[in-house]
Amino acid sequence: MQKDFEEIIKKVDNYRIKYNNTFRDKIIEDMHNQISDILTDIVDYQETNDLISKLEKYVDLFLTSKIGGIILLISFLSIALWITLTGAGYISSFLSLIFERIEVFLRNILAVLKVHDLLISFLIDGVYKGVAIVVAVMLPPMAIFFPLFTFLEDLGLLPRIALNMDKIFKSVGAHGNQALTMIVGFGCNAAGVVSTRIIKSPKERLIAILTNNFMPCNGRWPLLIMISILFLVPAITNSSNPLLGSIIASLALVSSVIIGLGFTLVVSLGLSKALKSYSSFYILEIPPFRKPNLLRIIYTSIIDRTLFVLSRAVYMAIPAGIFVWIINQLNLSQTLIAFFDPFGKLFGLDGTIILAYIIALPANEIVIPALMMLYTGSKNFMEIEELQSIYQILTVYGNWDWKTGVCVMLFSILHNPCSTTILTIYRETNSLKWTVIATIMPLIIAFSTLFLVHNLVLKNIH
Amino acid sequence: MKKECENCQILRNLKNYNKVDYTIALVGNPNVGKSTLFNYYTGMSVRVGNWPGKTVSKIEGFFQLKIQDKKYVFKIIDLPGVYSIFSFTPEEEVTRNFLFLGSYDLVIIILDATNLEKNMILAFQIFEITNKVIFALNLIDEAKRKGIKIDIDKFQDRFKVPTIPIIASTGYNADLLIYKSLEIIQGKIKVDPLKYKLPPELENIINEIKKEILEYYPELENYPHLKWITLRVLEGDKLVIEMLRKKVIPINKTTKLLTT
Repeated sequence: MQKDFEEIIKKVDNYRIKYNNTFRDKIIEDMHNQISDILTDIVDYQETNDLISKLEKYVDLFLTSKIGGIILLISFLSIALWITLTGAGYISSFLSLIFERIEVFLRNILAVLKVHDLLISFLIDGVYKGVAIVVAVMLPPMAIFFPLFTFLEDLGLLPRIALNMDKIFKSVGAHGNQALTMIVGFGCNAAGVVSTRIIKSPKERLIAILTNNFMPCNGRWPLLIMISILFLVPAITNSSNPLLGSIIASLALVSSVIIGLGFTLVVSLGLSKALKSYSSFYILEIPPFRKPNLLRIIYTSIIDRTLFVLSRAVYMAIPAGIFVWIINQLNLSQTLIAFFDPFGKLFGLDGTIILAYIIALPANEIVIPALMMLYTGSKNFMEIEELQSIYQILTVYGNWDWKTGVCVMLFSILHNPCSTTILTIYRETNSLKWTVIATIMPLIIAFSTLFLVHNLVLKNIH
Repeated sequence: MKKECENCQILRNLKNYNKVDYTIALVGNPNVGKSTLFNYYTGMSVRVGNWPGKTVSKIEGFFQLKIQDKKYVFKIIDLPGVYSIFSFTPEEEVTRNFLFLGSYDLVIIILDATNLEKNMILAFQIFEITNKVIFALNLIDEAKRKGIKIDIDKFQDRFKVPTIPIIASTGYNADLLIYKSLEIIQGKIKVDPLKYKLPPELENIINEIKKEILEYYPELENYPHLKWITLRVLEGDKLVIEMLRKKVIPINKTTKLLTT
């Protein structure tokens, strides 16, 4: 008589359920204990007089300690973001200038070729301008942020910080390396999603992909900074002390990150409970300190990250450019704004903000130019340098106050990923289902949070 | 120690060879110097990027070991770096499948001397699939610099696996490693690594399941890795379960089987 194989499997499954799928962890832990026992009288750790080793040890102790790691992380991020945002402004305006020249050149060529005016307008005002603005606003921050990030990664600093974060992330069922992917997300969420490849276990990787969006990317920072300065600072203090102002603005930005982090952790916990898969065994690697290889840094950051993301952004910018062009040709914007207005009002926003976010689907960078365009009734994206002019447009045309500011900031942190990121999520997960969830879930979270904050909190503050 | 293979020499950049005498595989955690050692032997310059997204695969190369006037052709396989072989990640899958289903004469387990404890977890798992192993204790210079002293004699005594201290980046003892490997392959040295002892409650479960598997598939009676297979079943390893169901476990390794 032969034993029925399925019966064995059933029995095994029962054992697995009884042990809560922890065989692997149990065995690893036990192996580790046995190995430690054997190695105690084989391996001997001596004090070394080697200066470099000592230095490495102390640096390691500092970096992997709670306070040291977090201090370093925050200072790194602030410095990197500051360099990125300041530097990017210059390159962006330079690029815009070049793109304008090219635009004139293209218009002339098309005119010589006797192309129909409407087609010229479609190609230039729609397709070309859409692509040009996305490249001009997206390329510079990435080209600055990613080399900085890759440099610190290559140096071995970032993996040490990740080690420190492991406990926090493990407690919500996520992977310590998720911290690294979130830092990449500060640069660009699409690149952050790609970087989740460093998380080998499928479940933890999916969690990292789905939550990366809660880290505000380069494209969202200018908006967050602008609102903090224009609306939150005056709401909190009447003093015109610039130091106090910048402290409040910085605190507002840090709170944005903390809100994003909070949502990341809560959603990670929810997802890890919802996803029934094995928790994986992994050891966080602390690589040796290395002399960073400049060529490799440039290659990884420019080719692997920047161009990779940018090519997708261009791909997604074309339909968006066409969409804006059609809206302008048909003079649809006012109709659409009126249509979205009641919906937006439910959440402390308005129709213009909703439409601006729809237009800015390919890149968060163009939310402000789109807002300016829609509020002023212009036909082109408007890059306004002066904060006071922006403030006037927002308050006069848009009727904004600090409560609108808070709502827009929250929406900016929580809303759906940009289309470049959505496309990247699809490429990485290969699953339509997860791509849709990754898009819809943040939207639901954003709107329900805003609904609560707007109706329960902000409405009661006078 | 060096004297043992005074007259042996590694010949790289092998162009003409009639047949491969022996196949050896390099296994180890990521960043322990597998590729460095591989490049040393083959004269190739494989750069395995740690930035993920690269294709996960094994890389093959060839070299010769010359001992006086005898020459042996080796095929050397660089397997992806892994922390375990539970086949959870693509890397683990490739390495596990090769160790379980591939054909090879010896596995060189590369250990990072500065991080032995972590490295040995993988080694323990490999012992469950094969006895044909040797340790290459890499980065001994780094360990010395850091004040880590390893009693190598004791180490190989306790784990019962021949252990050669090497420095992959300079090729120190790389020839001795192959010389020793050859002695193991040719049966001059017998290796029977220390096996990991399961905790008693798990041991009982394993024995129970093992018995039932044997009732279903009696041909496994003398199969040396039955315990390993049973553990995999318990962990829900799909490939192993499917192979058991179809009764296609490669009982004698000569039968080459489905590689996924």
